[in-house]
Amino acid sequence: MNQKLNAQSRQELQTNPALQGLQPFESAYTHTPYLQDLGQKYSRKIVETVQEAVQRVGLKDGMTISFHHGYREGDRTINSVVQILADMGFKNLTLAASSLMSCNTPLIEHIKNGVIRRIYTSGMRGKLAEAISNGLMDEPVHIHSHGGRAHLIQTGEIVIDVAFLGVSACDEFGNANGVNGKSRCGSLGYAKVDAHFAHNVIMLTEEFLPFPNTPVSISQDQVDFIVKVAQVGDPSKISVGAARATSDPRELLIARYAADVIEHSGYFKDGFSLQTGTGASSTAATRFMENRMRKAGIKAAFALGGISGGIVDLHKKGLIDTLIDTQSFDADATESLRTSPKHIEVSTNEYANPSSKGTFCDRVDVVILSALEIDVDFNVNVLTGSDGVMRGASGGHSDVAAAANLSIVVGPLIRSRIPTVVKHVTTLVTPGECIGVLVTDHGIAVNPNRPEVEQRLRDAGLPVFSIQQLYERALEISGQPSPIDFLDKVVGVVRYRDGTVIDLVHQIKPLA
Amino acid sequence: MKLRRSMLFMPGANAGMLSTAFVFKPDSIMFDLEDAVTLREKDAARILVFHALQHPLYRDIETVVRINPLDTPFGLDDLQAAVRGGAHIVRLPKTDTADDVRQLVAEIERIEHTCGRAVGSTQVMAAIESASGVVNAVAIATASPRMMGIALAGFDYVMDMQTERGDGTELFYARCAVLHAARVAKIDAFDVVYPDVNDDVGFLKEVDLIRRLGFNGKSLINPRQIELLHNAYAPTEEDVDHARRVVAAADKAARDGLGVIALNGKMIDAPIVNHARRVIASAQASGVRR
Repeated sequence: MNQKLNAQSRQELQTNPALQGLQPFESAYTHTPYLQDLGQKYSRKIVETVQEAVQRVGLKDGMTISFHHGYREGDRTINSVVQILADMGFKNLTLAASSLMSCNTPLIEHIKNGVIRRIYTSGMRGKLAEAISNGLMDEPVHIHSHGGRAHLIQTGEIVIDVAFLGVSACDEFGNANGVNGKSRCGSLGYAKVDAHFAHNVIMLTEEFLPFPNTPVSISQDQVDFIVKVAQVGDPSKISVGAARATSDPRELLIARYAADVIEHSGYFKDGFSLQTGTGASSTAATRFMENRMRKAGIKAAFALGGISGGIVDLHKKGLIDTLIDTQSFDADATESLRTSPKHIEVSTNEYANPSSKGTFCDRVDVVILSALEIDVDFNVNVLTGSDGVMRGASGGHSDVAAAANLSIVVGPLIRSRIPTVVKHVTTLVTPGECIGVLVTDHGIAVNPNRPEVEQRLRDAGLPVFSIQQLYERALEISGQPSPIDFLDKVVGVVRYRDGTVIDLVHQIKPLA
Repeated sequence: MKLRRSMLFMPGANAGMLSTAFVFKPDSIMFDLEDAVTLREKDAARILVFHALQHPLYRDIETVVRINPLDTPFGLDDLQAAVRGGAHIVRLPKTDTADDVRQLVAEIERIEHTCGRAVGSTQVMAAIESASGVVNAVAIATASPRMMGIALAGFDYVMDMQTERGDGTELFYARCAVLHAARVAKIDAFDVVYPDVNDDVGFLKEVDLIRRLGFNGKSLINPRQIELLHNAYAPTEEDVDHARRVVAAADKAARDGLGVIALNGKMIDAPIVNHARRVIASAQASGVRR
């Protein structure tokens, strides 16, 4: 039987105004010819090389490419893909990586050669950050928070033309997660946003697993092409740098004080929720929570974050019911995400995007955050060092600080010989109004906008000072540091989580 | 009541540690110019410690300086720096006889006169590190009114005894001898360092032993051990409750003019009441055990 429209109906399609623009049926496979070829049917997305995938998605000069930083210092995807794009002759690309690390030093050459013209990132470290702080780029780098990145993508400032997403394993349709395969990075919280919003997704995988590869963190219907590569990342380097574990007595002292603050803050109640950011003292604080929770018979409803081994340990012991994971900081977190039904993966959109319909950070009671500098108004800098060079990341700092019921910043009063507590922060990332408590090795200061918290901590006998006292104590030890000389050129634009500009980073004046 | 549970060793040549060590709040901090300092850093360490002693941030903490033995080229210079810098206590290593203490005290007195420091204001503690020292412990502990404490140093002692550190049996006699000498002289007694800073369980086991033996405290080589030690030395809530009841019973007996004190039908005598008062004072100073 003839399945096609008869002549009269075809005629009507052309003449009836109500049917204009509709196409007549031709065959069952007009739009899906691959279904008639068994090889094509299952593996049509798999291409041999990154070059071929790039050509097929139609990347052009001036477009925006994106990456996730789930492997942190172990990332092997960004550098290798940008090298391929450079070899292919691409120019003026916008690089929108969820963050950049010390391992991204090779990008310096690609910026000099004009392959990369613009950068959006949560942070920068190492030689790349030094070079950019010294004026490497013509256009300033945009520094956003994790939630702020999702906001900029959602609102159309960042339009991702091609997302290159490195995963440990996927199936031949592109269903991927970070818990199967050899080089597992755990949560794909950053990559999920790119996969959702990018016009094209090229997945780089270390291995293929049988279909269907579950759980599905990045779904087959988001993936255009898949390339098998030797290595996307080295998970052993995830917990290097900012996400390291510590045995340093001073960091542990600060962590213990932070646990004391949580215990007496007024938020330490059954069913409370917490988050610990990167930074040794912050992650170590969980170590000191266990006894306090057991003794008081208190269990946490959930922990959000950045999940590390310490938090996983409390989860396994039944002290934290649910883990909500946008980034896994170590192998313990990845293994827990793989095995525990109450350890769930969320995108950074669900985690902290202020224009999302619901973020987990809004439900956090207490968060512990780090700081490179904090000033007498509790403003926090997590981006530039005291020398004015970018060496950190905005991360989720301003997101959770704004949303949590109590934000605790931890850090040593003095790093080597440079004070952490200063008169004015070099760069403003998180406004002081969001910060409740500062915990240092020399004592604790409470924001005057939280008098009730200060009273509780004083009643508990904790060493509470005014932040001015801590500032003066730092000066007593280190003396007054000389101001940094900046040039007029803007090298970084700090974007608050809502997209507004909260500060500018200027090029540092070279030492004479 | 001056608590001396923790005496934290700080290598004198480590400027970074000197600038922050007080934040750990040990009961006493001991700047080391002896074994923790290499020969070529002896001068640098002495200068650093001299300045640290005078820093305002060390004004709220008891400071101790371990000098090199006086028969080395460094001993007297170290002593000058310690006394002039204002150290509360000088710790003499490798003390074998009471004469070692008397010689040190004579030098201190001479320096105090010269620099204008109140004569007698520098206290002294002796470290016992040999069989001779252990045998002479009572004479050493009572050698001078400046003596405030006596410490056992385990490593050199076990070498001298031709044995090695083990489960504590090898230190048993020395611990008891040093402790008895301290109690005879009415001064404090400090136990050896626990060298494995990553073994909290072993550390706490040793702390439990020396606390029950009666040591005031222990020398520490890592600040992480301070909180563990202080907590282990804090009385339990039960101890404090019992002590309060004992003291209340004693007070009531005094008010009622009774010579015999009874609690729950048991007679309580004066030493028990005194102990109870010490437990309460200790809880006030250091909190209860967690």
